[in-house]
Amino acid sequence: MTPILGILASGISGNLWAPGKDYDSIATTTLSTSTATISFTSIPQTYRHLQIRLFARSTTAAGNSNAYIQFNGVTSAAYSYHELTGSGSTAGSAGSASVTGPRICNYPAASSTASMFGAGIIDILDYANTSKNTTYRSINGNDQNGSGYSILFSGAWYNTNAVTSILIGDNSGGNFVQYTSAALYGIK
Amino acid sequence: MAAGNTYTQIASTTLGTAAASVTFSSIAGTYTDLVLVISAQDTAGNSFAFQFNSDTGTNYSRTRLLGDGTVATSARTTSAASMVFNYIGTTTSEFSATIANIMNYSNATTYKTALVRSSAAPVGTSASVGLWRSTAAITSITINAGVIFATGSTFNLYGITAA
Repeated sequence: MTPILGILASGISGNLWAPGKDYDSIATTTLSTSTATISFTSIPQTYRHLQIRLFARSTTAAGNSNAYIQFNGVTSAAYSYHELTGSGSTAGSAGSASVTGPRICNYPAASSTASMFGAGIIDILDYANTSKNTTYRSINGNDQNGSGYSILFSGAWYNTNAVTSILIGDNSGGNFVQYTSAALYGIK
Repeated sequence: MAAGNTYTQIASTTLGTAAASVTFSSIAGTYTDLVLVISAQDTAGNSFAFQFNSDTGTNYSRTRLLGDGTVATSARTTSAASMVFNYIGTTTSEFSATIANIMNYSNATTYKTALVRSSAAPVGTSASVGLWRSTAAITSITINAGVIFATGSTFNLYGITAA
């Protein structure tokens, strides 16, 4: 990789670092057209944790919308989530049990200014373990220069199966717009 | 599956003397996301701010969620000249724990979003999302102190490469 060519500050000492290979890119989807869901299948079981880095916007007719996650094609109410949310004026908390689509990321939607996208980093812990229910956490949100949210989500899938596939959709039934991307990484 | 140098350190800076700002320039566009890890102290201030590509226009905004040990609050800045965040270390020997994720930084189609978690143990913890209303690829990042970053403050920039 090309190193930084210039670092400007007074009194600097620094170094370049030889990276390891304990954080691998498994798969990435970048949408060229509006699409309802994004899926990762045949996820290798050779990592300890998974991370999804999501950059998204929805066609939902609103100022913002939320993405949900489902594992292994399970669409029943086998999930729950909690959230800690900053709206720009107040902080609040909420959650739902026995849901079919637990939230992972909030992002702009159809009535938002064009070019605004939201982002989320979702960590799925010990996903290959067959003795634990699967849990995740997310830092995510979007700022729209006068609106938007900063959110922390956590959630669970009440199933001890190893996670072999992941589906991401829009909670309000919208599509993800062009340029939405989801990247799946494995952490050893 | 592409395994390899997915998470790469791009540059590392340790301040030998106090500095009002640190700039990473000539950032290659070959990564997908940037991660900036900051362990910093500013004994005269309690915030820090990002500017991208030397843009000093009022093109930045931020929504934050903050806990100070007593209450959780949220606040917003709009049309600001920089992307301002809390917290930074403020007292002797106390440095911040700050990780900023700058998402999809090299695309030339969308505005840029940063997710920032920052804590200063005696003061509080925060989760923020910032927006830079520009479709330009980010090629430089300036981190401005509220007043001045102390000696020993560290700034590490990483690149994440998607498959």
